[in-house]
Amino acid sequence: MTDLAWIDAALTAARPQAVGALLRYFRDLDTAEEAFQEACLRALQRWPVNGPPRDPAAWLIMVGRNFALDEVRRRSKQQELPDENVISNTDDAETPLAERLDNSQYRDDVLRLLFVCCHPDLPATQQIALALRIVSGLTVKEIARAFLVSEAAMEQRITRAKRQVANANVPFEAPGAPERAERLSTVASMIYLLFNEGYSASGGDAHVRVPLCEEAIRLARLLLRLFPGEGEIMGLTALLLLQHARARARLDANGNIVLLEDQDRSLWDQNLIAEGLALVEKALRLRRAGPYQIQAAIAALHARAKRPEDTDWAQIDQLYAILESFTGSPVVTLNRAVAVSKVKGPEAALAMIEPLAGRLSGYFHFHGLQGALLEQLGRAAEARIAFDKAISLANTPAEAAHIRMHLDRLQQASEKPVSQAQA
Amino acid sequence: MSGVGAQIGHTPATFDISLKGPRMLYAILCYNSEAVVNAWSKEKDDAVMAHHQGVMRNLAAKGKLGPVARLMPTTTATTLRPGREALVLDGPFAETKEQLLGFYIVDCESLEEAIEIGKQFMNETGAMEIRPVMFFDKGSAAQ
Repeated sequence: MTDLAWIDAALTAARPQAVGALLRYFRDLDTAEEAFQEACLRALQRWPVNGPPRDPAAWLIMVGRNFALDEVRRRSKQQELPDENVISNTDDAETPLAERLDNSQYRDDVLRLLFVCCHPDLPATQQIALALRIVSGLTVKEIARAFLVSEAAMEQRITRAKRQVANANVPFEAPGAPERAERLSTVASMIYLLFNEGYSASGGDAHVRVPLCEEAIRLARLLLRLFPGEGEIMGLTALLLLQHARARARLDANGNIVLLEDQDRSLWDQNLIAEGLALVEKALRLRRAGPYQIQAAIAALHARAKRPEDTDWAQIDQLYAILESFTGSPVVTLNRAVAVSKVKGPEAALAMIEPLAGRLSGYFHFHGLQGALLEQLGRAAEARIAFDKAISLANTPAEAAHIRMHLDRLQQASEKPVSQAQA
Repeated sequence: MSGVGAQIGHTPATFDISLKGPRMLYAILCYNSEAVVNAWSKEKDDAVMAHHQGVMRNLAAKGKLGPVARLMPTTTATTLRPGREALVLDGPFAETKEQLLGFYIVDCESLEEAIEIGKQFMNETGAMEIRPVMFFDKGSAAQ
């Protein structure tokens, strides 16, 4: 039972809580990480012999803390001056028992740990990299591979991000309710970005990076366990589950994008869908709408449709309308236009997205949708221009290939009578 | 069918979508303080069980009732924990103020309906946890 795989899983699961608590003690990320590493090494030595502790996180916190305190004492002897600032809460540092953290304590520890990774000065990709390193415990090599950069470049990026975080002075006291809500929302958007990075890669060859999606889901579930009554965290988790449920159907054997309506729905993961639907339903009962819940509800309506023609586009249109009022984002309007094209036809959808042309001129999906709508309306020449523009903005080979398929279809259509092209 | 109950253009506080459809199995897990329940008189215990039986009959008539179990006291429990070899420990999984005493599996259209059924089972004390069932096999164990 106590094999290495089990220990590895236990260490990964305990990591956010343990590093979070160690960060609270030592107020320094490097010290906290080092202490955790040491505790893990000792776990690998002792757990196979003695059996795992009842509460792995508490064990790791205690061992890590003792190690770091010894280190600090040793260094302070060498450096003569004791560095009091490095240690906080020294009064209880001698407590011989593994602390039994109550839920609210470690909840704030984990949230703080996630939150320090989301410093507003850090670009989104660096926030994600830092969270993957510190909270998830991925190696620099793994993160570098996920972001398709060299290990050295990623190392440098993470070191720089850590320095910035260290200077940010995130308070270590338990946060008040408004602060906690703000932290929660910042962390939620970081997790969302992490998922998107995996779901629709921003560059490189791979269009979908499943491990990033899975890690985002793990973090979302972690957050929801800590804040089980937060509708938006339920919504976020549901959204990620429902999107990820389609992963196997989104690309064909050649790595080409398969659109929602063309996907083999038997490949959708019904367990993830069931969990996502259960969370959406639970969130809706709270009657406090928010953007994640609405997006999850849209994903739920797609997931619920047995066949594409069963999709409740009218409800999806209405949900996007509400989402528009929350976010005011032109991308949301663009998505709504897809629903509108199903309910009211391509003409209405085209009219809806035309005003967005200025703001979304550099956005792949804008030109892709514009092209598809024009194609449906039989305006082939204009469609071709839109598709050409989209191809020039494609982020991955799969996106480019998908547009090329449209162009080929237009080409074939132009060689046949119009009536067949519409079929 | 419930739709989106909000005015477009304003940020609504609530919204509704209809997700009714394939039915879902829910587990209704009954928790209570074992010490309290064990201290019930025979009459009290009978009255509580009679109440539960009534709700069960009602659900069974509608074809909504799945397996039901009432567990023996946690003093009869044995816990297995992973170790070099699995550890066999006398006693329950965790020392808690309230214990899992039993469960119902019910077939519902929505969480709302499962909550309604849970309320029907509710006694004056104890709590119920309602959890959607991910995997279900009605099994073949003979009684």
